[in-house]
Amino acid sequence: MSPDQVLWLAAILFGIGAFGLVTRRNALVAFMCVELMLNAANLVLVTMSHVVGGLDGQVAAFFVMVVAAAEVVVGLSIIVMVYRARRSTSVDEASLLKL
Amino acid sequence: MTLETLTPVAASGLFSLAWLMIAVPLAMAALLLLAGKAFDSFGHWLAVLASTFSFVVALILFVQLLSADEASRAVSAPMFTWIATQTWTVEAGLLIDPLSILFALLITGVGSLIHLYSVGYMAHDERRRRFFAYLNFFVAAMLLLVLADNYLVLFVGWEGVGLASYLLIGFWQHKPSAAAAAKKAFVMNRVGDLGLTMAVFTMLAALKTSSFAEVNAKIAGVDPAWVTAIGFFLLLAACGKSAQVPLQAWLLDAMEGPTPVSALIHAATMVTAGVYLVVRSHAVYALAPAAQTAVVIVGLVTLFAGAWIGCAKDDIKKVLAGSTMSQIGYMILAAGIGPAGYAFAIFHLLTHGFFKANMFLGAGSVMHAMDDDVNMRHFGALRKALPITFVTFGMGYLAIIGFPGFAGYFSKDSIIEAAFHANAVIGVAAMLGAGVTGFYMTRLMLMTWFGQERWPDGVHPHESPAVMTVPLIVLAVFSVGIGAVLNGWIQEWLAPAVDAAAGEAEWIPSLTGLLTLVVVIAGVALAWYLFGKNAVPAQVPESTNPFTLAGRNDLYGDAVNNALVVRPTMAAADSVHANDLWIIDRGADGLANGLRKLSQVGRRLQSGRVRSYALIMMAGVVLLGALVIVSLLG
Repeated sequence: MSPDQVLWLAAILFGIGAFGLVTRRNALVAFMCVELMLNAANLVLVTMSHVVGGLDGQVAAFFVMVVAAAEVVVGLSIIVMVYRARRSTSVDEASLLKL
Repeated sequence: MTLETLTPVAASGLFSLAWLMIAVPLAMAALLLLAGKAFDSFGHWLAVLASTFSFVVALILFVQLLSADEASRAVSAPMFTWIATQTWTVEAGLLIDPLSILFALLITGVGSLIHLYSVGYMAHDERRRRFFAYLNFFVAAMLLLVLADNYLVLFVGWEGVGLASYLLIGFWQHKPSAAAAAKKAFVMNRVGDLGLTMAVFTMLAALKTSSFAEVNAKIAGVDPAWVTAIGFFLLLAACGKSAQVPLQAWLLDAMEGPTPVSALIHAATMVTAGVYLVVRSHAVYALAPAAQTAVVIVGLVTLFAGAWIGCAKDDIKKVLAGSTMSQIGYMILAAGIGPAGYAFAIFHLLTHGFFKANMFLGAGSVMHAMDDDVNMRHFGALRKALPITFVTFGMGYLAIIGFPGFAGYFSKDSIIEAAFHANAVIGVAAMLGAGVTGFYMTRLMLMTWFGQERWPDGVHPHESPAVMTVPLIVLAVFSVGIGAVLNGWIQEWLAPAVDAAAGEAEWIPSLTGLLTLVVVIAGVALAWYLFGKNAVPAQVPESTNPFTLAGRNDLYGDAVNNALVVRPTMAAADSVHANDLWIIDRGADGLANGLRKLSQVGRRLQSGRVRSYALIMMAGVVLLGALVIVSLLG
């Protein structure tokens, strides 16, 4: 399996995530899309680490995972609270933070 | 003649007490202003006393000078070091010399008589104590002006006189016209003061000194251009204080003050300051022929401007004011002629001081009798009602027109004579001026004292009390005799102080004198033909004569000032205001408005929609990525 193919896979995953983030209104789906993009990035990091032959990329991937886990904890609780307050998880409806 | 003047000798004995002349009236002014109502009943007599004290001191010093030998007739009495810097030092000191002592005598002598007269004239004014305080301050400031031994100390007195005149002209400040007149006098005097300050600055810059003695000694070493500049600056100063054209407009309005003030301003103080300044600065003018010519021209123009106004006015005080302008014009003219005229300028100043004070106080007496009416068309035939005032006024009249033997005959004829020696044109003009003087003074006499009664209903003229008539009588005696007494003597007396001896007027008139007499008689006769032969109408006759109209309107002095100074100044102020309003304010407002509109556009980005934020972020990342890729490829 050449690194090229993995990079392509990562690019496709990232594209799906980005597209979903922009198009989907549901906060949970948007959240999953963000996770997808993070994991696409992880894939690139690990691949490049393999190509270069060092451990830096893998360490960075671990950091990303830790950050993603923390993000899930905070993000999911926010979404739950928003849902409780507004009976909706649409990100478009939660648009009060503006002038 | 040499250009050497007297070197002052150090003061000793009584001369070292000369400062008391100034200090006593000044202290009295402060006392009266601060004392409060307790002094209301007798404060005015204290003021008379203070002024008389100064007169006595001046008289004693005069006698001392008289008995001293000629070389030691200038005494300097240093007081203290006023300003000391590294480059120059100003010593405040007094100079008592033949010139300043004559002024001091005139100021304190006539001033004291005016004080005395005011006791009667202001008897019913509730602010009389304040009035006398101002009078004393006026005398003190004027004495400082003439006794100072350098230009900077002179300037202090000069400003003091300006302040005193402001306070006194506007004494009846409840009248808007008086308040306006006071302001006008003050502002126009400031223009003249500018000239004096510039002159002093120039002297300090060029000579590092402002003392008369040192300026006289060193002025010859200064660049002629600077000397001429100093001459013109001093002339501007003299124009302001002496109400010469083009700064003449304040003098006529100054009649708004109480009549004794008019007498004080016109006779003893204030307007004489300009003549004094020019004569005192003779060393400057000797080296600045251009400035000297300007002095002559200013004097000549004012001589006629004043006389012209005097011919057309119906207000007795304004006729006298025009006459003052005209007579001061004579003095300035004489002073401008140079060494030949200085003594005559001072001679005429002294005689004028007496007869003009006499006539102003006489006019005050008439006003007193006529319930403060000043319109001569309401007078007529007052000689029976006010016999003493009539006789004293008549003496003043004969003196001013130059009736042989009276004061003006000697002094004015001397000036005309000197003018002829200097230049025939100036001489003829001065002679014609004498004729015009005869005309307007005769007109005043006829309208006030002769003809038929035109008194308004309910007015019962009566002679003034003795406290007012006694000064009139004293002044009348001087109006008659001072010319004959001083003639011949004053020229010699002043010669060392002003660098020149001048001739004297003869009892038997010379050809010029005879011609002058003829011109004066023609003026008098014309006035009699116009105002004595026929009844004077009680109403002002309509006139389309441009000369009359111009005279009645003060030769449009106010209009000229408005057009040349007031309106441009107002226009400049308006344009600055408009600039502030339309350019600066609008600029700031426009900038703020523009920024607000821009931020209205910018705030649309803050939609609160997470998805659009995400899209923008992605677009940014793509853009940056593209840039990185392009730069790597390139």
